[in-house]
Amino acid sequence: MSESSDAENRSNRFDRLPATPAEREVPGRVARSEVLDYWADRYGIPSETFDQKTFWEKGAGKIWVVDGDHPSPIAVEGLGMTCLRTRQEFWKPTTDFVQRFGELATDCVVVLSDDEAARFMSGDEQAVAWDGDWGYLIAARETAGDAVPLGVGLYTYGTLDSMVPKGRRR
Amino acid sequence: MGVNPLDRYESLVDDPTAFRAACDRPLPTTVRVNTIKSSAERTRRALDDEGVAYDPVSWADDLLTLPDSSPGDSWAFAHGWLHGQEEVSALPSLALDPQPGETVWCACAAPGSKATHTAALMADQGNVVANDSSLGRLSALRHNAQRLGVTATTVTRADARSYSLNPFAFDAFDRALVDVPCSCEGTVRKNPDVLTEWTMDHVESLAEIQTDILCRAVQATRAGGIVVYSTCTFAPEENEAVLDRVLAAEDCRVVEWDAPAGLETDPGITAWAGERYDPQVERATRVYPHRNDTGGFFCARLEVGA
Repeated sequence: MSESSDAENRSNRFDRLPATPAEREVPGRVARSEVLDYWADRYGIPSETFDQKTFWEKGAGKIWVVDGDHPSPIAVEGLGMTCLRTRQEFWKPTTDFVQRFGELATDCVVVLSDDEAARFMSGDEQAVAWDGDWGYLIAARETAGDAVPLGVGLYTYGTLDSMVPKGRRR
Repeated sequence: MGVNPLDRYESLVDDPTAFRAACDRPLPTTVRVNTIKSSAERTRRALDDEGVAYDPVSWADDLLTLPDSSPGDSWAFAHGWLHGQEEVSALPSLALDPQPGETVWCACAAPGSKATHTAALMADQGNVVANDSSLGRLSALRHNAQRLGVTATTVTRADARSYSLNPFAFDAFDRALVDVPCSCEGTVRKNPDVLTEWTMDHVESLAEIQTDILCRAVQATRAGGIVVYSTCTFAPEENEAVLDRVLAAEDCRVVEWDAPAGLETDPGITAWAGERYDPQVERATRVYPHRNDTGGFFCARLEVGA
């Protein structure tokens, strides 16, 4: 099925992202290829991870990832899970996305001590040791021998600001 | 104040004293491991790492009881690896036995424990159509599905009795899980108010709704597909009587389902309060609280005719 025919973003339905920027009909809507490149280039999450997934926009810039495909547009209450906020200078992954797929990341993952992780989960800003890229990082902690993602933190000037939404804080 | 509805069931259970004593005790705290994000084995190691005590549930690898903490206390919960869920409420998804890639309807899905369990059993591949009629309850469902990382889902808001497949490209479900609103007698260990609020009028009006929802599920499921009907009540009016009416109205049959080894269950009953039911309802599963120290539950597996 083709993309939205009336060429605008609507808040009450989901529209599948175009495969590439060349197929874009709705101004400002990102393409699937750009989303896959973002996960791969910034976080090292392999694009094949999403071979069976499709990406959708509902509401300006809010991107959803769902298993399999559906007719587009589709008017339902929810489609898979929110994964990314676009239509802003720096794209921002969701907490739920990094908890689900962030273990596959090889870059931009800051591993916190349990004390730092506790501050992070309470929504606080804190100084952390990090010499990689600035911007949105995956914050993780070690458990059962793995670095396991907790959420997204915004790193600037030596400080990590927790992006954990109020409903997930503890 | 009316009669205690539990009095009605003393003739059905093997040990009425133990049944009543179990109904008076608080329920153990149980969690389900969210296998979309972590295996049961890794989750147990993580709980060991952080010093959270747990006991395995004998009949299910991915269920744990927590003797001295709440579900939300652990790091494992913060990672989205655990979901607070009463152990018997894991039964209907197991009875449904959904396969990766299938399209499954959860007719009354909120707040989403069974829908997310269903998605996990499908390895998060396919489409769990999680429906509920209440916007408020849907918000809890969406929160849970997101937190547990479910991508194989579509959320809809509609009256399940007149459900339409219009938004979708398919014209029938492979399976349906019909976990209906009920009088909730089986949750008495969590919420004793269910007994004081109980009336026969309420049971009868629920039974009508339950029958209509189950009929719609049978109609919306492909020939040879599976429909699981479940409640958390002991009331035969909402259990076997509903199956009896749907068996008469729709092309379907109740099929054998072996409850997990280690879980003590009882068969459905074929007679109650002067009524006789289709003998097939005996293939349904009753779970009484005193048999496994759980809540009460009822579950039946139906196959849709050709």
